[in-house]
Amino acid sequence: MSEFPTKAKCVVIGAGIVGNCLVGHLAKLGWTDMVQIDKGPLPNPGGSTGHASNFIFPTDHNKEMALLTLASQKQYIEMGMNNTCGGIEVARNPERLEEFNRRMTSAKSWGIDAKLLSPAEVKELVPFINEKIVLGGFYTPSVSCVDSLQTGTLMREGAMKSGNLNVFANTEVLDLEVENGTIKAVVTNKGRIEAEYVVVACGVWSPRIAKMAGANIPLTPAVHQMADVGPIDILQKSNAEVAYPIVRDMDTFCYERQTAGSMEVGSYAHRAIFMHPDDIPSNEASALSPTELPLTQDDFDPQMEQAIELMEMLGDAEIKYAINGLLSLTPDAMPVLGETVEVKNLWSAAAVWIKEGPGIAQLVAEWMTYGYPHLCDPHSSDISRFYAHEKTDHHIYARCDEHFNKTYGIVHPREQWATQRNMRRSPFYAREEAAGATFFDARGWERPQWFASNEKLVKKFASACEPRAHEWDARWWSPITNAEHLQMRESVGMVDLTAFNEFDFTGPGTMKFLQYMCVNNVDVEVGRSVYTPLLTPGGGFRGDLTIMRLAMDHFRVITGAFDGGRDNYWFNRHMPQDGSVKFTDMSSSLCTIGVWGPNAEKTMAKATQNINAEGKLVPFDVSQKNFPYGSVREVLIDGVPATMFRISYVGENGWEVYTKMEHGLRMWDSIAKAGEEFEIIPVGMGVYAVTGRIEKGYRLMGAELESEYNPVEAGLNRAKVKTADFIGKAEYLKAREEKPCAVMCTLEMIDNTSKSGIKRFPTGGNEPILTKTGERIVDTKGRVSRVTTAGAAPSLGKYLLLAYLTPEHAVEGNELRVMYMNELFPVRVARVGSQPVFDPTDARMKS
Amino acid sequence: MNILVCVKRVPAPGARINITPDAQQVDTAFLGFTVSPHEECAVEQAVQLIEKHGGDVTVLTLGPVEAEEQLRTAVSTGVAKAVLVPIDTQDWDPQRTAHALASVIAELEVANGKYDLILFGNESADSCGYQVGIRTALKLGRPIVNGAKGLELENGIATVRRESDAGVEIYKLKTPACVGVKEGINLPRYPTMKGRLASKKVAITQNAATGNEGGLKLITLRRPPERASNTKILGTGPDAASAVVDLLEELGVFK
Repeated sequence: MSEFPTKAKCVVIGAGIVGNCLVGHLAKLGWTDMVQIDKGPLPNPGGSTGHASNFIFPTDHNKEMALLTLASQKQYIEMGMNNTCGGIEVARNPERLEEFNRRMTSAKSWGIDAKLLSPAEVKELVPFINEKIVLGGFYTPSVSCVDSLQTGTLMREGAMKSGNLNVFANTEVLDLEVENGTIKAVVTNKGRIEAEYVVVACGVWSPRIAKMAGANIPLTPAVHQMADVGPIDILQKSNAEVAYPIVRDMDTFCYERQTAGSMEVGSYAHRAIFMHPDDIPSNEASALSPTELPLTQDDFDPQMEQAIELMEMLGDAEIKYAINGLLSLTPDAMPVLGETVEVKNLWSAAAVWIKEGPGIAQLVAEWMTYGYPHLCDPHSSDISRFYAHEKTDHHIYARCDEHFNKTYGIVHPREQWATQRNMRRSPFYAREEAAGATFFDARGWERPQWFASNEKLVKKFASACEPRAHEWDARWWSPITNAEHLQMRESVGMVDLTAFNEFDFTGPGTMKFLQYMCVNNVDVEVGRSVYTPLLTPGGGFRGDLTIMRLAMDHFRVITGAFDGGRDNYWFNRHMPQDGSVKFTDMSSSLCTIGVWGPNAEKTMAKATQNINAEGKLVPFDVSQKNFPYGSVREVLIDGVPATMFRISYVGENGWEVYTKMEHGLRMWDSIAKAGEEFEIIPVGMGVYAVTGRIEKGYRLMGAELESEYNPVEAGLNRAKVKTADFIGKAEYLKAREEKPCAVMCTLEMIDNTSKSGIKRFPTGGNEPILTKTGERIVDTKGRVSRVTTAGAAPSLGKYLLLAYLTPEHAVEGNELRVMYMNELFPVRVARVGSQPVFDPTDARMKS
Repeated sequence: MNILVCVKRVPAPGARINITPDAQQVDTAFLGFTVSPHEECAVEQAVQLIEKHGGDVTVLTLGPVEAEEQLRTAVSTGVAKAVLVPIDTQDWDPQRTAHALASVIAELEVANGKYDLILFGNESADSCGYQVGIRTALKLGRPIVNGAKGLELENGIATVRRESDAGVEIYKLKTPACVGVKEGINLPRYPTMKGRLASKKVAITQNAATGNEGGLKLITLRRPPERASNTKILGTGPDAASAVVDLLEELGVFK
């Protein structure tokens, strides 16, 4: 064995599926001088990989997870480690059959062959199942079992053979040294290694290791119970590792997977059982392994009854092995990937399951190599997504406790968290509550989605506010949203936008820095603003935001609640180190009200003053002439200093009005009073984020805008490119020269009546856009056409969808299909590119 | 036929056994519990004898109320009845335990008739006293053979086989008798899922017991110094051959 090194380019801590595949991918991408360590022995160091059930059900409603799972399965296949056995999700409840229609739709999107089965058809494939309690099945022939330990070994040994990796087992990390905010060295029981890069791929131990460097990887080890029962005659006779499809008993949150002559029964139904990473026993002190803890039998008993109910033969099988297996859970059930926000060059590749392991390893390796992944946009897994309150044990335990039993659950795309609510409230909360707001959670912020006080408007706009007949479509939705939308378009509404993030950049280097970060020219006059994408080095979307220039060397970035953490990291990661730019996060200092509608100007004319040259308080001239679209002004509103920004995300004349948090309530009341005569109403996010936005075709980061797509494809490229260099410029210039192979389009549903005769309303959860004959539309870069946002257009009496289409389909008037709940509905291309369906010349915003 | 099996709840540790800071107990914070492998075999042997001859097996333990878990595990493999002698601590010393067991067995036998066989594990897995079975048998005035690697019952005679360096010893005991069973006598079955579910429904009888403390006292627990591994990897595959030959020569295997 080679001597323990004192220096390396990169140290990967952990030799589970992630660490092993990561060193393999890094070596393939040209990384040399790597060291991999694990505190346990090889090939099974005792982490979660060692006891994983190792099966892959590829269909996922979440695009990121679906693509990562498919990429992983492809790698397992390439290494000969993928054993295709098929898998059936079975339904015991009617709601589950509906969910299967949704799964058929997602399977179609990702190109996964799938089929709905009758109970008899399930029985044909799984002869030992009790089909009498099964209502139907969702069958995926490509479901497979993989050998994750051997896959990891092959990847690791591949990197070793290429001479780029040294591996040390039984090597425990004692400390991580950090210097000037950058990782410096890994101290182990075998010695100290200085390293330029360190990756924490330690599964359930990751938070403990990251903490040594002062970094935070928010996850908790949690129990997943499983038992191996056998021998069972019919399974033994199959003479195969897996001869029968894996059965997921979805409504009992349980699965049955053949392992040679036995059956593995696993459960996600028991109470959430957490363990702190510091409490996990050592390899030596563990009866089996550190992550195979003694089964707490009482928790498993109900599952055994359900398993026997489904497969009677299991009753007489002996329980040979049963554990409380540890795996990683995160507050939002997504992995934790990327460079830690606290320590430069310290990376996290944690909270990853077998099914997505190799794909995620590839993604992280690309990220480390190219500055951003190529495989897919990682925004849902990005470690920088978390806000401070989301990284606490308090939050982790509460949310994991809430979602653990939803592992096999039916989760609505608009589903709201029940726990950890009221973490952040805007100053307007009391008024909103009094107006009967239904609050949605926006990363801790309570944001009104609609207001019961506006219910009377449903009558006023009755024809546009019909209730939705299907409970699924009506869930987490209200017709009041359409009424609020129309009232705003008719007169004026006010929207609570306090969840915005505001980042102030000051100092002499600010202009140069922001030019480097942004696509569009930020060198505008003081009092003007810029809308701009931020790009990845590969030229895809990394951010999408507006910037106000408040003074020569003072810029304010405005970005959304769901991207604040990621944008904060991205700016800070690229800040010059010479002190020429100062960053201040103003998000908790400022609150925001959007005031929009034909009467917004009249309302704000009444509410707004300033002090003139003679020192007198006079009404402020809010006319377009004095205060044109895109400009920013400092004003007084009932004595409160406020910043008004003439802009709109809903396509109406009006402003985002900012003031300090403590002034907020007074400002709200002042604007509400000024708008009384115009019947001003509070308007919820249902309008701001969906109906108002989609009528205007406005793109949203994380939906239409992802790193797989560039500004040309999204229709957001400007006529000219600024001379200053910026991240992604080379790729952006290239994209401008090429004919885009996909274009963002607005589509309208021609008829949304389903076969059962009721009107359906797609939720915008990656439903595939298909040709008239039901074929998927895939562009030359391999990206599939799917719905990125769906919503009503009450002003047009239509239901709209946003989707990227290939050029031959991106033709206005072209008729296509959208699949929703496994049914095809006719749709028509209403707009190609960014021109809105509603008010296409933007006249309303500028008059 | 009635058979009684006595078991003891013990921690199921890994290679390294952690001790609590007061050095009085094994740190069981993250450990499961079990009975000793000898006792698992005793339960299995009893169940097999009943399957052959008919009758009932009763399992008895003296321990904390949590020891119900071990009783139910036994029930889930074919034992019919379970009796718990609850105590406030993890265990009692062997003299006190034997005294308590003997008095409880006497009570049980008044109600149910004499047990043809009372089985123990050869020794407990945690304290390894080798005493409780013998002391209990003595108090009950019954013969006992420890270290049983074979046990048959025919016409009121228990035939016990045990292995020694000198060969195999065969004992014939007139029932009622006691036997200390040793691991290897059989391959114990695992509980079935149905068995486990059924065991939850079995009522566990509680019999109180007293007894004076015996002479054996726990002063402190100490972990023996860890043995350093002497494993040396000579190589893998054919490359290792010459190193293996060298070593065998060094050890004097080739002469």
